[in-house]
Amino acid sequence: MAMDALLELLKKNARESDATLAKLLGISEQEVRARIAAYEQEGVIRGFQALLNTDRLDTHDVRAVIELRIRPEHEGGFDRVAARISKFPQVESMYLMSGAYDLLLFVKGASLQEVANFVSARLAPLDGVLSTATHFMLKTYKDQGVLMESEPHDDRLQVCP
Amino acid sequence: MTTDSKSAPDFVAPHVRSLPKSGIRDFFDIVAGRKDVISLGIGEPDFQTPWHIRERAIEALERGATRYTSNLGTPELRQTLAAYMRQSFQCDYDWQHEILVTVGVSEAFDLAIRAVLSPGDEVLYHEPCFVAYAPLIRMAHGVPVPVETFRKDNFRLTVAELEKKVTPRTRVLLLNFPNNPTGATLDRADTEALADFAIRHNLLVISDEVYSELTYEGGRHSMAAIPRLRDRLIFLNGFSKAWSMTGFRLGYACAPAPLTDAMMKIHQFGMMCASSISQTAGLEAVRHGDKAIAEMRDSYHLRRNFVVASLNGMGLDCFMPRGAFYVFPSIQCTGLSSKEFALRLLNEYNVACVPGDAFGACGEGFLRCAYATGMEPLKEAMDRMRTFVSSFVH
Repeated sequence: MAMDALLELLKKNARESDATLAKLLGISEQEVRARIAAYEQEGVIRGFQALLNTDRLDTHDVRAVIELRIRPEHEGGFDRVAARISKFPQVESMYLMSGAYDLLLFVKGASLQEVANFVSARLAPLDGVLSTATHFMLKTYKDQGVLMESEPHDDRLQVCP
Repeated sequence: MTTDSKSAPDFVAPHVRSLPKSGIRDFFDIVAGRKDVISLGIGEPDFQTPWHIRERAIEALERGATRYTSNLGTPELRQTLAAYMRQSFQCDYDWQHEILVTVGVSEAFDLAIRAVLSPGDEVLYHEPCFVAYAPLIRMAHGVPVPVETFRKDNFRLTVAELEKKVTPRTRVLLLNFPNNPTGATLDRADTEALADFAIRHNLLVISDEVYSELTYEGGRHSMAAIPRLRDRLIFLNGFSKAWSMTGFRLGYACAPAPLTDAMMKIHQFGMMCASSISQTAGLEAVRHGDKAIAEMRDSYHLRRNFVVASLNGMGLDCFMPRGAFYVFPSIQCTGLSSKEFALRLLNEYNVACVPGDAFGACGEGFLRCAYATGMEPLKEAMDRMRTFVSSFVH
């Protein structure tokens, strides 16, 4: 089933005003507010964040993708270990995967050393973790469907038939 | 040197010299070069051509598929278009004899009109309309006969108005729905009535349905879906609008074999064939473009809601158009002419819209606003228009 048009619009621009959303969807502003509140209540909308091109920021944060193989447990499979790992604030995103490894982690640290320490001192020793493979990210080209370098500007003729 | 030596302007044929320049062109010259203009004057999608289509064009270049094709267009593309016509409008066109791939719908229209008109033949067409029709009819030595459409009818073409203008010299009824510049569409009863009218007066119908895929409500009602019209219909469509492929210059015509053959004669001498690279891209577009089209259509649909609500909210009366990406609000409440309104909006608020009279005299009192532009500029444009209009409307 297609996603609700309101969610599609918020995915594209979470800062769109209620008034504009109402006009786009042909509903009242009150209804827009009520539906967003309902989605928050149901846990469908989990938050609103800015999408940053961190390459343009003067930070030295380091990001890495970590593949983790873990031992499933009799009751609960991967969920208990996964829940523990996801609580580390260094872990920005985490997914259970099919294929050669089980968990895929997106991790942030202040330096290469810090991320390496996190892997060797915190993740690898965890009971149930069988192996880790760490890949450092060098450059972001696209994130959440958004190109990090701006698209070419609008070069259409200013008036045409 | 003789006394009646000619200079360059004298070489221009009288019927070309007398051809007026497009009203859009006039306005383009005023807007061109100005900085920071938000333009709602662009009859072209703001979306980039979907990547998978561009990727196929690149691949065609890599493969070296850069030769002439059959005059009619590549067999693969024509076969695929025949299947598209069947699926979209339940009509059967033989890909070998009844489909011609052209350089945009504009060429297809030019071919159609030149193939069927004798000097002095009259062509009924509705105004406000796309700027190219009347000039091309004239270049084919035909007589353009405009038929007004009205706000009260949501700019649908009515048989009552047609009956007032039809004469024994009328040969062709030209249709363009969904319509540029009004966004008007036809419903089933309209297409049936127009078909009856054409048959009653023994006319050929040329139907330019380039905005057909951009229909938001009420269903797509094509003249091609009316079997009894088949023998007297030239159906035109193209890739520019729905697939966002303007620069590829790709269109096509579907018509009974004798008509297709007549158009092909002119096309083979004048154009040879449409760009081979564009044809490869077009094939990809028809075969695999449905999802991309749907996403763009959904986006236009929402923007249309926004623009219509905004315009009506600021006091500019505007019906809810069901197709294309234009709205055609009335600016009569301001007391300004279309040109005055558009010029002042441009000079004072840096927003460009095309005056309605550029699309025919009966477009006076209206403005064409294209919403094929991003939400941020669209919002800003509506804010500026609101400020401008509020100085007239209380």
